Amino acid sequence: MFSNFDFSVITTSLPYLFGQGMVFTVTLTALAASMGVVLGTLLAMMRLSGLPGLKHFAKVYVELMRSLPLVLVIFWFYFLVPYIGAWVTGAPNPIQVGAFSSALITFTLFEAAYFSEIMRAGIQSISKGQTGAANALGMTYWQTMANVILPQAFRNMLPLLLTQTIVLFQDTSLVYVLSLTDFLGAASKVAQRDGRLVEMYLFAAVVYFAVCFTASFLVRRLQRRVAIIR
Amino acid sequence: MHPTHHRSRGTVAALVLGLSAILASGPAGAEELTGTLKKIKDSGAITIGYRDSSVPFSYLDGDQKPVGYAYEICRKIADGVKANLKMDKLEVKLNPVTSATRIPLIANGTIDLECGSTTNNADRQKQAAFTNTHFLTATRYVSKKDKKLDKIEDLKGRTVVSTSGTTNIRQINEANTERKLGLTILPAKDHAEAFLMVETGRADAFVMDDVLLASLMAGSKTPDAYAISTEALSKPEPYGIMLRKDDAPFKAVVDAATAKLYESPEGKALYEKWFTQPIPPRGINLKLPMSEAMQKQFAHPSDSADPAAY
Amino acid sequence: MNYNWNWSIFLEPSPEGTGTYADMLLSGLSWTIATALSSWIIAFFLGSFVGVLRTLPSPGAQRIGTAYVELFRNVPLLVQMFLWYFVLPEVLPASVGAWLKQLPNAPFYTAVVCLGFFTASRVAEQVRAGIQSLPRGQRMAGTAMGLTVAQTYRYVLLPNAYRIILPPLTSEFLNNLKNTSVALTIGLLELTARARSMQEFSFQVFEAFTAATILYVLINLVVITAASFLERGVAVPGTR
Repeated sequence: MFSNFDFSVITTSLPYLFGQGMVFTVTLTALAASMGVVLGTLLAMMRLSGLPGLKHFAKVYVELMRSLPLVLVIFWFYFLVPYIGAWVTGAPNPIQVGAFSSALITFTLFEAAYFSEIMRAGIQSISKGQTGAANALGMTYWQTMANVILPQAFRNMLPLLLTQTIVLFQDTSLVYVLSLTDFLGAASKVAQRDGRLVEMYLFAAVVYFAVCFTASFLVRRLQRRVAIIR
Repeated sequence: MHPTHHRSRGTVAALVLGLSAILASGPAGAEELTGTLKKIKDSGAITIGYRDSSVPFSYLDGDQKPVGYAYEICRKIADGVKANLKMDKLEVKLNPVTSATRIPLIANGTIDLECGSTTNNADRQKQAAFTNTHFLTATRYVSKKDKKLDKIEDLKGRTVVSTSGTTNIRQINEANTERKLGLTILPAKDHAEAFLMVETGRADAFVMDDVLLASLMAGSKTPDAYAISTEALSKPEPYGIMLRKDDAPFKAVVDAATAKLYESPEGKALYEKWFTQPIPPRGINLKLPMSEAMQKQFAHPSDSADPAAY
Repeated sequence: MNYNWNWSIFLEPSPEGTGTYADMLLSGLSWTIATALSSWIIAFFLGSFVGVLRTLPSPGAQRIGTAYVELFRNVPLLVQMFLWYFVLPEVLPASVGAWLKQLPNAPFYTAVVCLGFFTASRVAEQVRAGIQSLPRGQRMAGTAMGLTVAQTYRYVLLPNAYRIILPPLTSEFLNNLKNTSVALTIGLLELTARARSMQEFSFQVFEAFTAATILYVLINLVVITAASFLERGVAVPGTR
């Protein structure tokens, strides 16, 4: 079958694949990762706080998200977010949420659970003595977190956070089930339109591999550089 | 509008409405707007749900832009809504939908109009409303010619595919039980994927509305290699543009816009453009002149879900 | 919220005519479990093999092991699923490809193989980490006792490594179980797919997804409980 491998279908669709598909994938990954890390850090702080209500909420949230398949969560939020929006804003009817925003909310909320586990380990990796020292200096909880604990936790966990972001980059391909045009969605639309499955899916695999392999390689180099010597 | 939700834009809109009611006493200005119409007026935008591969109703052309017969009808509806609401500018937003997501997305407010090939039936009317019928089609199946399949019985023990969330997959499931066909029924995400299953030999037949099968076949690499069954699984059923249910004012505007379009020569021209002339992306001509039932429907537009009404 | 809740929907017959909607979801659950267990067998043995390769003294073996892990970890699972399902039969000789496509339950076999190979790359990483965490003395002791390399792995290194990595292996098992849902894209009628069909047929979106959510949480709890029993059962006395 390789004899009639048609490269032209790839070259002619490059502007569409990258201009639309990859832009969607990268934007979604970048936004969901940054928002997910913020939310994940808050969840980790809730879980490590002594307040029973917050602690349990964070625990249940994280455990629930981690026990569900992402595909199911994508379906859930795609249909649920407009109702939540109506409930939050008090509107009588479900509010309109675009496909991209919906995907962004889904991935942020889902990945936050995974980021929170990383940040929890990061916060716990900082010795208790530092919190004690900050308290002794008269710093409040938020000052201690913002100036002492979190900067170090981020630094220690940066490689893990970035590795999780690479996983997120791969996971965004699942928006395929909603017919959104991410990189894989774009490739499969061309594949189905022109009946060129072999070419398009192999090409998609090569591109994902190249991006993820390079990124993981860079993360490993970074890991060696940022490690705090103790 | 609840008093607690007065926002400055809402107040301005209300003032404008009040003024226009005094000056023009138009249909929309005569009473306060509710539901979808209010949302469109307030946000200045209407959202159309389109399909990937419902050729020629609503699909992506060579540049991956939505086009099609139903899509153009929706643009006309948007014009009608804009005129009715006396808006200077109406932004038309687009959102892709699949057979499986279209009804929840109408219900949850993501889209206002669903333009595609959605069968209007009594079951679906519990979830959504439909405007005047724009096409009539029966459920059949497509298969490779060399398999020599033509009747429903010929499918016995075979693997068939249909698109998930369609009335067709429901009908083939029912036929499977009633006639004890012993089928393996695969659900596909969309029509293109389902046709691909037949093309690559993953499934023996694809059960779908015959008009969509004809267009998928015409658009395939080897149109002559496929055949559509002569036996149908259903009577010709109506297709309608879908809107949110229990929103009578919006439906009235949409019904008026579609009725006006279908009754005018423009409606017939629109039909001919998509069914009897070459269409993008590859200039295929479906050669499906307007049936008598459709001519009758365009002369006297109806939104009935009953196949016997046509 | 203008949504019509109807929890009795589960007792209504599904349009497939083979039972109620509840039966439909349970059949999905059994496919999920069957796929997860079958693919785990491949993942466990292949993953152990690849993991061992990466710890062998031979640079060639290490390179093969590393290449396997990098290849399967850096391509999204969904893309791998499409490669196995749509691309593989086309690049094989026509007769083999046709045979593959005609297999009854093709989506099931494809999903099992795809998930098995995918999860193997993750199991391999755990096995490698487990073996590398063992004191070097264990390997040397094996050699000193005259064991071959294979015997050292079989009787000394792997039994210890598996005990150490039992918790991460449990979470890989759970990941594998959740990943079976990706196979709905190639037509496997597993739990998420059934919840979606139920939503399409009955229009009761949230009931269908709630039921699926509860079932997934339950399987997770069962697996975690079973793993903790296993952990206690296989613990080497006196190690903790």
